Amino acid sequence: MTEFASTVLLVEDEPQIRRFVRNALEEEGWQVFETATLRHGLVEVGTRKPDLVILDLGLPDGDGTDLIIDVRQWSAVPIIVLSARTNEGDKIRALDAGADDYLTKPFGVGELLARVRSAVRRLRQPGVNADGVIQFGDVKVDIKARLVTKANQVVRLTPKEYCLLTVLVANAGRVVSNPQLLREAWGPSHLESSHYLRVFMGHLRRKLEDDPAQPRFFLTETGVGYRLLLPL
Amino acid sequence: MTASTSPRPDPDTLLAQMQAQDKRAARGRLRIYFGASAGVGKTYAMLAAARKQQAEGHGVIVGVVETHGRNETAALVEGLHVMQPKLIDYRGKVITEFDIDAALVLHPALILMDELAHSNAPGSRHPKRWQDVDELLDAGIDVFTTLNVQHLESLNDVVGGITGIRVAETLPDTVFDAADEVVLVDIPADELLARLKVGKVYQAQQAERASRNFFRKGNLIALRELALRRTADRLEDDVQAYRVEKSISTVWKTDAALLACIGPRPGAEHIIRSTARLASQLNTEWHVIYVETPQLQRLSSGQRERILKTLKLGVDLGAITAILSGNDIAAVIVQYARAQNFSKIILGRGHPTWPWRPPHLNRIAALAPDIDLTELGRGSADPARVDEGSGMPGRNHSVVEDMEPKPQDGKKRRWRYALAAGASLLTALIATPLLPYLDLANIVMLFLLNVVLVAVRFGRGPAILATVVGVAAFDFFFVSPRFSFAVSDVQYLVTFSVMLAVGLITAHLTSDLRYQARIASHRETRSRALYEFARKLSSALQTEQIFEITRDAVANTFRAKATLLVPDDAGRLQPPSFDPGEASARSTIGALDLGIAQWAFDHTTPAGIGTDTLPGSAYFYLPLVAPMRTRGVLAIQPVSRRWIIIPEQRRQLDTFAALAAIALERVHYIDVAQDALVHMESERLRNSLLATLSHDLRTPLTSLVGLSETLARSKPLSTQQQTFAEALHKETLRMNNLVLNLLDMARIQSGEVKFNMQWQPFEEVVGSALHASQSFLGKHEVQTRLAANLPLLSFDAVLIERVLCNLLENATKYTPEGSRIVIGAEVSGQFVEVTVADNGPGLPVGNKEVLFEKFTRGERESATSGVGLGLAICRAIVGAHNGTIRALRPYGGGASIIFTLPLGTPPAMPDMDEGTDGNGHDLP
Repeated sequence: MTEFASTVLLVEDEPQIRRFVRNALEEEGWQVFETATLRHGLVEVGTRKPDLVILDLGLPDGDGTDLIIDVRQWSAVPIIVLSARTNEGDKIRALDAGADDYLTKPFGVGELLARVRSAVRRLRQPGVNADGVIQFGDVKVDIKARLVTKANQVVRLTPKEYCLLTVLVANAGRVVSNPQLLREAWGPSHLESSHYLRVFMGHLRRKLEDDPAQPRFFLTETGVGYRLLLPL
Repeated sequence: MTASTSPRPDPDTLLAQMQAQDKRAARGRLRIYFGASAGVGKTYAMLAAARKQQAEGHGVIVGVVETHGRNETAALVEGLHVMQPKLIDYRGKVITEFDIDAALVLHPALILMDELAHSNAPGSRHPKRWQDVDELLDAGIDVFTTLNVQHLESLNDVVGGITGIRVAETLPDTVFDAADEVVLVDIPADELLARLKVGKVYQAQQAERASRNFFRKGNLIALRELALRRTADRLEDDVQAYRVEKSISTVWKTDAALLACIGPRPGAEHIIRSTARLASQLNTEWHVIYVETPQLQRLSSGQRERILKTLKLGVDLGAITAILSGNDIAAVIVQYARAQNFSKIILGRGHPTWPWRPPHLNRIAALAPDIDLTELGRGSADPARVDEGSGMPGRNHSVVEDMEPKPQDGKKRRWRYALAAGASLLTALIATPLLPYLDLANIVMLFLLNVVLVAVRFGRGPAILATVVGVAAFDFFFVSPRFSFAVSDVQYLVTFSVMLAVGLITAHLTSDLRYQARIASHRETRSRALYEFARKLSSALQTEQIFEITRDAVANTFRAKATLLVPDDAGRLQPPSFDPGEASARSTIGALDLGIAQWAFDHTTPAGIGTDTLPGSAYFYLPLVAPMRTRGVLAIQPVSRRWIIIPEQRRQLDTFAALAAIALERVHYIDVAQDALVHMESERLRNSLLATLSHDLRTPLTSLVGLSETLARSKPLSTQQQTFAEALHKETLRMNNLVLNLLDMARIQSGEVKFNMQWQPFEEVVGSALHASQSFLGKHEVQTRLAANLPLLSFDAVLIERVLCNLLENATKYTPEGSRIVIGAEVSGQFVEVTVADNGPGLPVGNKEVLFEKFTRGERESATSGVGLGLAICRAIVGAHNGTIRALRPYGGGASIIFTLPLGTPPAMPDMDEGTDGNGHDLP
């Protein structure tokens, strides 16, 4: 798939999980490095400079979020988090610390590869093309012209809806946490008013989705945030 | 006090005023109809005002009203609700009395209580009506009442002096001064006499008698003047208060506290009344002190009782009282005045003492030239009240020490005198053989030594006897002619006189020293007891320990039986519990009245013997008031009533109670902290157990899911291998779902799930549930039919998503491929009704409820695996959201599960139309 072997660092303490993740990634042409502890993980990220990090949050020697915070100080390498916890707060913390995406255990190989592809693609080629246009389904967003069309019909969006849309477009494929969206659209004083966000996301879906109850693009990551899913 | 130039009132004063207003707001208002004498029309005026209140729609009840057979007054009562009096059986007679409990239950807006100074029948809750009124006011009931000037405590003896008749029923001035309104009902004396003659005041036969004694014109004019003046004093206070409030002028007082000093003589009550009057005029604090000297400790018990009574009168009139001891009255008074920062001392006119002893007044003036002294004239002697000399004569101990019951009966005292006389004779006996060797002067010394020893051992009286006997013996046995009282040499008369004088002075000084030593040791014992008590309490860790320590301390210090009563959670005091063996303890509890204890607890006011509330009780009930709340009641069975009235004694007891209360509170918070700790620990344990379980189960499941999928994807694989791998993968996913359900169920059942309730559109959770269910929806067709007008709902998105996923999974599990599943939602009453329906074979007959029980499966013989945990969790989650869930067999066939979520009031939303009105931000 790729001309040169990209490297991925897998930080996971469970050998069986490492085994199938390595298998799946190697099939895709990745060169995989493994480590089982946070401490080693940190060293490996520094020395190997991988193109992608897959990180388990619950490691025996500490919280994976610490590693994200550390790495983010000097590197923009995509980080995908694996979380076995039901606690949505952990995921939000990891995302806010700088993680690009997350997978809740148990996850399938297909799901994993889709996330990996999306992360890499975002790095190499952002969702918005050079003309400032992004397209998904029959929706076209022209950032420069501030124009949104669906099936070639102009869609009227309110400033807040447009603001949310641009944040999601800028992070296309990634999960954007609720606090982050609230901050972007309403400012830091409205972090508790998550119902604003939900209502405006509902408006956005009604205007841009075919069936707002079964969305294809504006997905809800329950309790965590939203993701603009771009077709591969 | 700094003289502020700005007209702004002192913030502290305003704050105090605001607090007083807050307190007043909760309390009822007291209005007193105040008159110079009976017959001026107070009751009439009160009733007229009450009728007006009733006409304005306020609930008015007549608690007590005395019409005295006056027709006009009786006519006014008509139409008002009059309470039934309580019947009290007192020594065979039935007395009617006001029923305070009934009044508190009725809780009218306004109650009429005629004759505020009335004394209640024995057996009532309070001895005085004004105390009933106080309780009514506390309960927030407004009270109208009436009062005659002669019933005011501080004017009592003045009125007595004018009219020659002294009333026994008096009202503390503090109550009068604390009244919210005083209405003066006034008519000229002539008119009153005229009314009396016509029989409007008393019935004809009484009128004649009354007018001869009390209703003389001179009396009436004097009384009228008193009433007017007292009302004017009050008015001045009101004006003053108003001025402070409105900041009209800066009238700041310097501290003008008054110190009244009383002695054992009958004039003391006069001093207290006068000082009370003065203090209320000056609007200042006042203290009453009694200084006990060695001379004063030889008072009869009747006199001592009287001193305590006088001090009690001071307390009733609003003073702070103290009994001090010392040799020099003036010095003690000055010391107290300096310590408490008094600028004015009030004394009664002294009785003539020895010419060489200056009166106390002069001594105080010399000691403290800067303090104002006021000398009061002697009040008119009151024959009815003189009870001097009653009781036993001079027992040699003090007022303060009185509570220690010393078995000093007459027999023992006689013995001491006999021993003292015997000692003198013995001295003579010992000295006789020494006569040839000793000078007579030295034999005198032996006798003096004897006097000192007797004085030290037996005190003043025996020492004086020893002196007299000694002088006689010396004369008889040693002075020639011997064995005769005749004296040959006149010089010996000087010897006798000096010997007598030295003996008497020695006896006096020694006994003074004894007294001082005893007072000192008594003080030491008191502080030691307090110290010991505090020390023991500080180490107590359980309520029972505090019970025991308090019981022992009260028993040792006060020689009284004590019981601690503590309330249950509902604030009801619990009867004390004892070991079954302790029969003696049980018997003492017989007289304990939990009702009184409860009253003391609720009102945080002492009750029982020695107080104003149910003084007939054998116990004294002291509430244990701790900083946070009242912790219980200390019930004490004192030796005598006097015991409780002694100020020092009460103060020490109050300190004991405060210490016990704080200890109880401390122990209470130890329990609270321990409970919290245990709770936290068990919660932590449960949470960590669930987290570990969740992690440990999920990690191998993740491996299984991943590995089986990898296996299925790997090529080349035979068809059979491919099928196996896929089946493995599918089963693992199902297993995962099962584990999720189990863990959720465990968490919900433990009651420790923190619901993350948020207002959100229902549509969104349907979308995410469908997205999450993609893996098993397979070839099923899903439709959503959500009503357009769905409001925001408050729910935990993760859990409701779980409900929908479970329902969807169920629907796919029990229907063949290609079936249709419909998710609908619409508003129905106060709920939103959510339906998940399918067109499959439908639910089994008869067990719709059982369906939601744990571990029930819908179909009897199904190839579909899995315990029926899903629906049970759905019910638990929906129930936690205050909704309901039920199963239905719709007409068209298939199965349908319906659950509801309550509507509630969604929070405000920002303006929905923002930006769409083309204000520049609008998109083209």
